[in-house]
Amino acid sequence: MTEAIPLLELKGLTKRFGGLAAVNNVSLKVGDGSISGLIGPNGAGKTTIFNLITGVYKVTEGEILFQGKPIHNHEPYRIACGGITRTFQNIRLFKNLSVFDNVYTACHRSAHYNLLDSVLRLPRYWREEKQLREKASGLLRIMGLEERQDISANNLPYGLQRRLEITRALALDPKLLLLDEPAAGMNPDETENLMRIISEVRKMFNISVLVIEHHMDLIMGICDHIHVLNFGCTLADGTAESVANDPKVVEAYLGAEEVTA
Amino acid sequence: MDYIQGIAILIGINLIAVLGLSILTGFTGLFSFGHGGFMAIGAYVAAIVSSRLNLPGPVALPAAILAGAAAAAIASVFIGKLTLNLKGDYFCIATMGFGEAIRVILNNIDYVGGARGWANLPNLTSWWVVLVLDVVFVVVAWNIINSRQGRNMVAVREEELAAQMAGVDTFRSKMIALVVSAALAGVAGALMANYIQFIRPTMFNMAKSTDLTIMVIFGGLGSISGSIVGTILLVSLPEVFRNFAQWRLVIYGLAVIVIMVGRPSGIMGGVELTPSGIRRIFAARRAKARLEAELKAAEQGEVA
Repeated sequence: MTEAIPLLELKGLTKRFGGLAAVNNVSLKVGDGSISGLIGPNGAGKTTIFNLITGVYKVTEGEILFQGKPIHNHEPYRIACGGITRTFQNIRLFKNLSVFDNVYTACHRSAHYNLLDSVLRLPRYWREEKQLREKASGLLRIMGLEERQDISANNLPYGLQRRLEITRALALDPKLLLLDEPAAGMNPDETENLMRIISEVRKMFNISVLVIEHHMDLIMGICDHIHVLNFGCTLADGTAESVANDPKVVEAYLGAEEVTA
Repeated sequence: MDYIQGIAILIGINLIAVLGLSILTGFTGLFSFGHGGFMAIGAYVAAIVSSRLNLPGPVALPAAILAGAAAAAIASVFIGKLTLNLKGDYFCIATMGFGEAIRVILNNIDYVGGARGWANLPNLTSWWVVLVLDVVFVVVAWNIINSRQGRNMVAVREEELAAQMAGVDTFRSKMIALVVSAALAGVAGALMANYIQFIRPTMFNMAKSTDLTIMVIFGGLGSISGSIVGTILLVSLPEVFRNFAQWRLVIYGLAVIVIMVGRPSGIMGGVELTPSGIRRIFAARRAKARLEAELKAAEQGEVA
């Protein structure tokens, strides 16, 4: 990566829980418009990094720069509104709301009417509500969830729940989408389908994606750039081929599979 | 007739407090056992305004209601700043402490009668004032819930972390819900003081707070129409069974237990008794049936 300002840059990021350094001095860059992968064995600190980027955890040391500006220790909602949204390893939808309302709710940043507009139903309320509904419908149509929009989210099959979570994340018009194990629990068919969706979404919405995944075919298939973690530290960093051929990675991660096989 | 009207006024007054609590508990998911405290603040401030300030007749009640609501809202901002970052049960316990603290403080202020209570307040609350305010606040609550602010509250209830990741300022959403609910409790307190014409701290004890919360749960969390039904039933139930003397409290308790066991989501949990609300239920059912049929067809196709 040689561009002047990367979209997202982690500089010497460290997070300690008591004496344990879950993330230790990690530096990585996510380029504009790229799909990057974050991989590593269980407990390597991948999800912790997501939680640090999105402000769920406070950073112990180091910096997180988004478009060149520091965002570490900002409130999570400010980071989300600033252009970084995410999905969760264990899906977190608004379960009792309909598919439409899940997305409708997340569109709220596109409206600016205040509480008084709501209570008195002033013209601004009607105008912006209409725009929000159109935006939510549009997103659902693009993501192929239009037919399911009346179903309550917890009644959706697993694959569609994942897709709804991505749709909800897109409702904030993010510049960077963080996907935490989007293919977890999916069969090869569904995984392939998901890969296609991720690639399409990136092109259509012109966003960058950082994805955590254990499915190697997904990571190798779509990522321009891969960052490997082990025990909270960076193990390797580079293109898919260079990482896959790195002896350290093979030993720590891929190698383990060979031994058991 | 007067007796019936009296019950109707009590229902109307309680409904205002319950509507506020419905927004806080039913839609935002925060359980409070201290809203009796906000009612007390509203009642006592309103009583001071209506009986000590010598305001001219037509201004007295509106001024008392506004002052009561404002005082309760201001108190809720302080409480909210201190407690809204607490999770689940801890928030509940903090509100309980607040409610009890208000009662004990009022017990010790002689200016408002202390524990003996404060009698001979003016009778300003009339049947039609309560009716008009009920209609106004049902509309206000409905409009808040069906706005982006209201949807953000529901998002907080459903999944707080996901709400944050969807850009919802969860603290602010909770604060709006708390302040609105406290202000409405204040209005209810103000009306109560100027209807019963006698107030004392024990009227606003924890039992009162739990009563309000039970009405919300009984009617159904996440439903304005449920809160209305719940309030009407639970305020009138003890009156209907007044002939059974103390057994009426047993019936009250039984009714609550029956609902909790038979229908844990309350009489109308999450459902609104409006044309669009009913349409939504059927649309959801249809969509679910269609999805299941398609999945089944796909499965059979795979097998074949």
